[in-house]
Amino acid sequence: MIMESIKKSKFEKNLRSGKFAVTCEIGPPKGAEVEEIKEAAEYLKDVADGINVTDLQSSVMRLGSLTTCSLLKEWGLDPIFQVTCRDRNRLALQSDLLSAYVMGIRNVLALTGDYTTIGDHPQAEPVFDIDSVQLLWTIKNLEEGKDLAGKELTQKPSFFKGAVVNPGADTEASYELQIIKMKKKIDQGAQFFQTQAIFDAEVFKRFMERVHKENIDVPILAGIILLKSERMANYMNKFVPGVFVPEPIVKKMEGTVDKVSMCIEIASRLIEEVKPYCAGVHIQALGWEKYISAVVKNLK
Amino acid sequence: MILTEFKPMEELLEKLKEEKKIFIMGCGGCPEGADTGGKAVLTNMKGEMEKEGKTVTGVIEIDFLCQKALIRSRIKPRLDEIKNADSVLVFSCGLGVQATSAVIDKVCYPALNTITFGGITGMWQGTERCDTCGDCILDWTGGICPYTACPKKLVNGACAGQSNGKCEIDPERDCGWELIYNSLKRIGKLDRLNKFIPPRDYAKILPSAALRKTRLWALDEEEIV
Repeated sequence: MIMESIKKSKFEKNLRSGKFAVTCEIGPPKGAEVEEIKEAAEYLKDVADGINVTDLQSSVMRLGSLTTCSLLKEWGLDPIFQVTCRDRNRLALQSDLLSAYVMGIRNVLALTGDYTTIGDHPQAEPVFDIDSVQLLWTIKNLEEGKDLAGKELTQKPSFFKGAVVNPGADTEASYELQIIKMKKKIDQGAQFFQTQAIFDAEVFKRFMERVHKENIDVPILAGIILLKSERMANYMNKFVPGVFVPEPIVKKMEGTVDKVSMCIEIASRLIEEVKPYCAGVHIQALGWEKYISAVVKNLK
Repeated sequence: MILTEFKPMEELLEKLKEEKKIFIMGCGGCPEGADTGGKAVLTNMKGEMEKEGKTVTGVIEIDFLCQKALIRSRIKPRLDEIKNADSVLVFSCGLGVQATSAVIDKVCYPALNTITFGGITGMWQGTERCDTCGDCILDWTGGICPYTACPKKLVNGACAGQSNGKCEIDPERDCGWELIYNSLKRIGKLDRLNKFIPPRDYAKILPSAALRKTRLWALDEEEIV
């Protein structure tokens, strides 16, 4: 691997330029076959400013985020390295961050991570040595040239650092805690946010009003999931923490045989509705990467 | 017996720097045996607090602080002293601080760090759980332990996985941070949530370096020596 001298990523430059940003997501495969993600990357190359690479999403064992980020780089895309605190203690996390920097990866998204028991290795030890706010603090330390033990680093890494927030928290406590934690994340260095997937533009609007009231001016990308079927909606409502699909959208999906067109319509409309309130969108296609260009065509 | 040790005086004074009037509570159970409790310790702390220019509104020792009903009955005649205080300083393990926080609507500061349970989990086990982390932060979290109330041990706020106040890993289980938020709201101290809490020091829960090299199984032997 070659140490790259570039300081700012393409994604950071685009987001800072004020252009409406689009990020997408690639979930590494379960196994060593990378043809499928290569194909997905081809679809995303011209539509996305940055590509999130999930870190064992839903606590399912897969190919690693770091390696996949490195492949994306090789293929000419700008990866966003998702890092969760579920599987690595502070030694491994710091080490992987340094590795990412050496591989030329400049965007990091700091997350807590889903709990182990919701995935396919419920027997595994849940690590959670540090939390997402502390992870951002850790990155800040590394950027200042020190590790968490206070030891000097030979070279300082530098990242464009992101974090996640849920605009749809459903109790007073969880809603307020999202705002409080968001501010803590900014204090510890978060430079952009991607939100948990939303399906209700009103919920997002209300959230953004609150964000403005709190004088938070970090760019926020609204999370959009491509809904493939009513079955997927019901599944997410039941099993995916923090995601909620309202009944009218489920009904719309139920009422059509052309799921692809409906999927594109739902996502496009949602993006149109949230666009005035945010800096960009983060689209999770979950295998339907080839339809993203249709979803975002009105943005270009 | 649950083993506790004194928080460093410097740390305790830093925690209490905004507090002018303090009520001191001690557990008459394990801390007595661990030399971190008892009348002499409480009286000594009263003097230390007064030396710092603070008013001690009262001192009480209760047989066991891990039992909420017992605390309630014993503090009844002393409510005025508690009401007059800004906050409460508690000499007990983490269980006692949690039980005390549940009963008293003030910030309850742990005066001790809990080191080990030594085989038991409280003389009068309630619903509280202590992680024996050796670095008690219950004063920041409304008397609810984030290490035991949250499966992810989050200390800087909830994750996004909760739903209707329940935990992502079990819909029957309360989200620990929902409890923390509501507890701090109850005592009017929501601003405590804004503090950034750095990663915990796991070295504090491990046995001493001397014991560590013999591995945990040799603890008994070490004690005999």
